[in-house]
Amino acid sequence: MNPLFLEYTVVLLGIILLMVEAFLPDLDKKKIALAGIAGLFFVLFLTWMPLHSLSIESAPFYTTDPLALFFKRFMIVMTIITLWMSLDFIPVIQRGIPGERPGAGVGEFFILPIFACASLMWLVSAISFIMLFVSLECMTVVLYISISYLRKDPKTLEAGTKYLILSALTTGFLVYGITWIFGITGTTSIEHLADSIALLPPQSLTPLLFGVGLVLVAFCFKIAAFPFQFWLPDVYQGAPTPITAFLSIASKAAGFVLLLRFLEQLYLIPTLGKKVFAVTTLLAMMTLLFGNLAAMAQTNMKRLLAYSSIAHTGYVLMAVASIGAALALPAIGFYLVAYLAMTSLAFIVLLIVTETSGGNEIYCFQGLHERSPLLAAAMTVAMISLAGLPLSAGFFGKFFIFQVTFQQGHYGLLGVGTISVVAGIYYYLKVIKVMYWKQPSQGSAPITLSKLTTVLISLLIAVILILGIYPTPILMSLQ
Amino acid sequence: MSPLLFLIILPLVAIVLILAGAPARVTSLLATGFNLIWSLLLFFHYDTVIGGWQYLQETRLIPQMGLNFTLGADGLSLTMLLLTTLVSFAAIWVTPKLERSPSLFYCCLLFISAGLAGAFSSLDTFFLYGFHEIALIPVFIMIGTWGSGDRQAAAWKATLYLGAGSFIVLLGIIALYLAAPSSMRSFDFRVMAELSQNEMSHPASWIYLILLVGFGTLVSLFPFHSWAPSTYASAPAPTAMLHAGVLKKFGLYGLIRLALPIFPAAVGRFSTLLLFLLICNILYIGYVTMAQRRLDWTIAYSSVMHMGTIFLGLVAFNILSLSGAALLMFGHGLSIAALFALCGALRSRTETLSYHELGGLAQLFPKASLLFGFGTMASIGLPGFTNFAGEILIFFGATATVIIDQGSLSFMIAIIAALWGVVISAIYMLRAYRAVFFGPLIKAEGWINTKDLSFYEFAPITMLLVVLLITGIFPHLILNLVNTAFR
Repeated sequence: MNPLFLEYTVVLLGIILLMVEAFLPDLDKKKIALAGIAGLFFVLFLTWMPLHSLSIESAPFYTTDPLALFFKRFMIVMTIITLWMSLDFIPVIQRGIPGERPGAGVGEFFILPIFACASLMWLVSAISFIMLFVSLECMTVVLYISISYLRKDPKTLEAGTKYLILSALTTGFLVYGITWIFGITGTTSIEHLADSIALLPPQSLTPLLFGVGLVLVAFCFKIAAFPFQFWLPDVYQGAPTPITAFLSIASKAAGFVLLLRFLEQLYLIPTLGKKVFAVTTLLAMMTLLFGNLAAMAQTNMKRLLAYSSIAHTGYVLMAVASIGAALALPAIGFYLVAYLAMTSLAFIVLLIVTETSGGNEIYCFQGLHERSPLLAAAMTVAMISLAGLPLSAGFFGKFFIFQVTFQQGHYGLLGVGTISVVAGIYYYLKVIKVMYWKQPSQGSAPITLSKLTTVLISLLIAVILILGIYPTPILMSLQ
Repeated sequence: MSPLLFLIILPLVAIVLILAGAPARVTSLLATGFNLIWSLLLFFHYDTVIGGWQYLQETRLIPQMGLNFTLGADGLSLTMLLLTTLVSFAAIWVTPKLERSPSLFYCCLLFISAGLAGAFSSLDTFFLYGFHEIALIPVFIMIGTWGSGDRQAAAWKATLYLGAGSFIVLLGIIALYLAAPSSMRSFDFRVMAELSQNEMSHPASWIYLILLVGFGTLVSLFPFHSWAPSTYASAPAPTAMLHAGVLKKFGLYGLIRLALPIFPAAVGRFSTLLLFLLICNILYIGYVTMAQRRLDWTIAYSSVMHMGTIFLGLVAFNILSLSGAALLMFGHGLSIAALFALCGALRSRTETLSYHELGGLAQLFPKASLLFGFGTMASIGLPGFTNFAGEILIFFGATATVIIDQGSLSFMIAIIAALWGVVISAIYMLRAYRAVFFGPLIKAEGWINTKDLSFYEFAPITMLLVVLLITGIFPHLILNLVNTAFR
């Protein structure tokens, strides 16, 4: 099977659903989401089919190495989860959109992530700057729409505008950086970047470094590394919750794939690599400190998760800075998978609690244990895993990352990492505390969950616990 | 399959059943009761002639990294497992009627019990660490939800201290792991010890200091002890029993398993440092304990102080002192659990434990007074109780080290301090006993209950004290097993 067929199927799925939405206006919108989920499961199944190599024309742009395949699956799974949790979000969408019919605008909300998924799948396969730029923009355009989807809510519009302006700005950085790199090396290929740099005279390394810096700025914006994280809390808070989850997981993971492919090449050039990795180490330290320390003061759950997402960027950056270790790549892959499971679980619980308690402040979680033991248990598992306590996926993730950092001898980074972990235990346990220590506030009713949601929550809990004991399959698929 | 696995799985099964709607108290009593019988069987079935690791089971997880899920036990692990099941059973038995979510309370206790069983039967440092760490979450939930006094601050303090301590332990473990040549790396502590004894790996001695700080925080070694008193004073009685009785011993267990066999030279080199710290534990904390004016704080501080004596056993580092340390770990675990259970029983009647509001309780609660008397004697280390046997072995062992070492001054000071510590503990425990149970009866109007201990309080505490007496009079029951670990 031609590997490009995977993306084509996803795009086709999106177009068909769009047509269905347009021509059958009375259709129950839930069915569109369910069809989307089924279609994506089919594509996920297709990724295990034998893929043959590509034709000469597309080969310089597109790769199907294990890293790409791994993250294609990652993106599909994340899109499935996004659609699945959106099912509980339908009432909010209906309230948030001015429309004549009650179902107006709901269908598209399920279809947009599918297109984003296709562009992300291209993105993780991109080995040329052109391909990278086009698919990145493709994804960003979908996110512009999705983030400001609930037009009646001014907060959402604010988030959308912020994301639009800052994203456009970084796009500028990216293009400018790419042109500098192209101007000096004469190539747009990422795969052969190291070879081209090796041929350069030493005096052109400084201008090259300028280009590299510009590209790094753009990537850091995508993964929300300090000091390019300032957009994130506001955008997370304003965006519709499923989109926040998508943004925080899929878009971040894609950013890391790009960063990895780019830095892997620079690592091969010792003179350049040293400088770039010193910067990466510094970025990792600052991101860890900023994310964790700022998260401690948060009282809003969504903002807490936003800062926690910055903190986790820091942990992954620790491994990126130690890219020379044999286990660095599997460690990053595993961490992101664990991050997918635990963060999406937290967002699902947040979504349901927001729906039933009328807010997403942390105090809305008061006595959740007495309102719905399953939700409280799910949030506990998610928080334990995010905090990196053992026998959960998050622990293994941190474990591998600290191990590779140790192996590379980044002791300063380890020290900062230790402070971050302890800070993390504090703010994640704060949520557990509210759920168990406090009584439910007056007038809050028990929460009943739909069957589909229960299934999704139980699945994610199981994944977190199983990966916490048996991480081997994920780890091996990237080695 | 290893029979040890049942000890871990049974409480977890009980949790699932309780969440599914089974009656919480009965289910957890059955589960922990069965676990107690099972661990007794394993304890007496262990072949002391062969010694070594028995009941082995190895499940490969990441063979490339040398990370496996290995269960197994030697005499020391079995002793700790027996302590776990004994105290878990007693803790669940004495649990009073609760107003807020009783099933969650039992689930938390079972979870701690499962984590402890896992920690003491894992041969892989990774799981050794992991099982201990997961037991911290239920402790956090329990102190905050059902605790007394300034419970929220206490819960935070304990969790952050212990979280930081265990994370430092984790760093030490990773450092140890990476010290071996890459083809032979393994998380199995037997392999780690073997590699360093055969000079295949050369772990730097700073790793020992990391482990000492990490494990030391978990055991409340001076100056990392300040979490302990407030935690035990605020925790509900069953939690305090499990934590002070068993969970805290994990740090000592970890040091015995990891630090001593891998760093025999470093233990000697840094012995002066550790001796200084343990003297602080005994003397400084001892005097602080004497100054306490509340029963729960006195007992909480006393549990910190007694760790100093056990550390003396570790640092003396010969078979006599190590066996004594293991025996004292067992004895202290049982006696402190009994004392905390009595504390909880008194608090549920009088709502106060401060000395100036109490007195002459022996007239009202003769049974409680009798049991507390026994607990006091055990805690002081009177002959006939396990604590005495443990302490005397530690003193003998330490003195032996002094004689072989040609009289290291710091060791001698430590031994004298530890002996003085016995006197200090006699002072504060007898004072506490007198202040609460003797003298004129002070009775306030607001007391909730003036009945003596019910059967559900009397029986489990008696059980703990009877075991203390049996193993105190026949210490070889435990020593025979423990010796196999240190041979």
